[in-house]
Amino acid sequence: MQPTAHAFPENARAALADARLRKALGTMKSGFQGNRAAAIARMPEWEELREEGRRIKDHVLAHLDVYLERFEARVVANGGHVHWARTAAEAREAVLAICRQAGARSVTKGKSMVTEEIGLTPFLEQHGLQTVETDLGEYIIQLRREPPSHIIAPAVHLTRDQVAESFRRAHGGLDPGRPLEEARDLTDEARAVLRRKFLEADVGITGANFLVAETGSTVIVTNEGNGDLTQSLPRVHVVVASLEKVVPTLEDVSTILRLLARSATGQEFTSYTTFSTGPRRPGDPDGPEEFHVVLVDNGRSALLGTESQEVLRCIRCSACINHCPIYAAVGGHAYGWIVPGPIGAALTPGLLGLEEARHLPNASTFCGRCEAVCPMKIPLPKIMRHWREKEHAAALSPTSYRYGLGAWAWLARRPSLYRTGAALAARLLGRLGRDRGRLVRLPFADGWTDWRDLPAPEGKTFFQLYAEGRRPNSPGDVR
Amino acid sequence: MTDAASGRGTRPRVGLFVTCLVDLFRPTVGFAAIALLERSGCTVAVPEVQTCCGQPAYNSGDRADAADLARRVIEAFEPYDYVVAPSGSCAGMIRLHYPELLADDPDWGERARRLAARTYELVSFLVDVRGMTRVDGARLAATVTYHDSCSGLRELGVKEQPRTLLHSVEGLILKELPDAEICCGFGGTFCVKYPEISNRMVADKAAAAASTGAELLLAGDMGCLLNIAGKMKRDGMAVEVRHVAEVLAGMTDGPAIGEGR
Repeated sequence: MQPTAHAFPENARAALADARLRKALGTMKSGFQGNRAAAIARMPEWEELREEGRRIKDHVLAHLDVYLERFEARVVANGGHVHWARTAAEAREAVLAICRQAGARSVTKGKSMVTEEIGLTPFLEQHGLQTVETDLGEYIIQLRREPPSHIIAPAVHLTRDQVAESFRRAHGGLDPGRPLEEARDLTDEARAVLRRKFLEADVGITGANFLVAETGSTVIVTNEGNGDLTQSLPRVHVVVASLEKVVPTLEDVSTILRLLARSATGQEFTSYTTFSTGPRRPGDPDGPEEFHVVLVDNGRSALLGTESQEVLRCIRCSACINHCPIYAAVGGHAYGWIVPGPIGAALTPGLLGLEEARHLPNASTFCGRCEAVCPMKIPLPKIMRHWREKEHAAALSPTSYRYGLGAWAWLARRPSLYRTGAALAARLLGRLGRDRGRLVRLPFADGWTDWRDLPAPEGKTFFQLYAEGRRPNSPGDVR
Repeated sequence: MTDAASGRGTRPRVGLFVTCLVDLFRPTVGFAAIALLERSGCTVAVPEVQTCCGQPAYNSGDRADAADLARRVIEAFEPYDYVVAPSGSCAGMIRLHYPELLADDPDWGERARRLAARTYELVSFLVDVRGMTRVDGARLAATVTYHDSCSGLRELGVKEQPRTLLHSVEGLILKELPDAEICCGFGGTFCVKYPEISNRMVADKAAAAASTGAELLLAGDMGCLLNIAGKMKRDGMAVEVRHVAEVLAGMTDGPAIGEGR
């Protein structure tokens, strides 16, 4: 996928004008927020658990090399292989090489944001491998050739009728009379098509929610069961995971699992939580013959030791996205890269650079809801502010904005001049709008007056009145 | 003096941080703040050298200008027992962000932390610090709704305090606003940098306010209030908008925000 984060304002404008998107986003918001709140209300130790989750991940990030090497050693001891990929290109090549070695023709995939990030599916398709997404949402957007718009509900931007249209177009020979109105009809249709793909696949690719250093296990949490079929039916299982997914122990996994599903969907646990530890051993009833883990850096290690390091605590639950009023207004595609919402705004500039992604950390009111709901206590507004500092230092923001800010700061350092300026502004704005109490248009403030009136000042400024001796009536009285 | 706190020994000295938006757009809020603080048993001073807390610079990534303004505010307000602002946003800036902004400064870091610890948003100061549980004499026969401004709510824990005091206003009926904790879309410079998104957010807020049937919307921050009032007026909605301090101080004779004379 080509990033379009640089075009965020235009993307957002288009999204705001899209009536179907509005409908889809409206449904999403109420479901996720209510379910999460109910799940957390049932859990009195929630805050302690968040603190523990944060502690585990901070510890890992401080010793990432140790745990990754321990994880690698365990995977190898279990009979698996670990491939280190510094970049997206290296990761894609590693997966392709594994598929070629296995003589693969068809590949199934479980849902994985990092494979979206490295553009794995189109790459494998270009190299002649039939590659099928098996998560329902991912399958839908694969048919539509769209990127995901949400990290746990990739097709959340679509309405049911749009999904039905896509199925009718893609599934040749579908009886036109067959009902595809209800969610259940759509699931059944996808299941019928996907079941065949699972059985045909030579290689199954999944992501990982956790990599467990003490056992060399990889862990996925899903609700559809597609991940299990993807990783246990084909001959070869490839796990693609980013570095920061590693945790020290199984105990740590269970701590963070208690935070994850509640934050994401409001479930206490997802339907499936699957641990994979190496290839099939002699006597095992099933499982892959080969087990590979591709560890992807792709810019993450460069965030270690910087103000943005804390984004690497993210467990991809999407709580920040589900509670973000900006995301609720524009949806995920407007962000122009794989991870949208507050976590995307904090992470994407680190992965793509500020030239591409500078809008994302700016498109926030710093309302703080994201940080309040984050199970890993990531200070998302603070990290976005750090990106703004880098943007300011590199003079990437518009010149007029920087000059305006500089002029205002200059004035704010000179109280008496500032008073005069404020009094002039009050008089001018008052003259333009006093009778109606508001201004309908104001030059150089179109951003405001295109959409709302500007209330006029009451009259003189507070400091003018105060200097003239105005005081509220005596204590205890009301005017 | 009729309020609970007035019986305490010495009168604490409060430095009122007026805020840029109150100074320019709504002086009544500044005088309402003085009235309420005096009724809570405080002596109020208004340091003349104050301008802005520096938040626009801080949130625009201009740390140097923000730190410079922060040092000026600290110097101006250090002589007082408390700093109080009729704004959760500006109070949050001083209370939470000054210590962060000046953390690495050996001298100013400590001064920032000391000032931060005694800086409050107006209504939470009245209730939490001065022990006010009611405002005597305030009267307003109106159905009102209340928007929880983000900084006050999430940075400073301002939630119950305004409701506690509003319940004591004679004739006032409070109807809760759906999604009261969701941002109105102001966000400082955000509202002009991404005006279409801001508009969507404030349109939702205005619709939520109208759905309560309230005649009057209140909040504790001028930024949110200018935004919400501006949207309501543009769309021809009948709900009036005021700062909560105006109602608590009984200063509602003048026109509401964005209303003509």
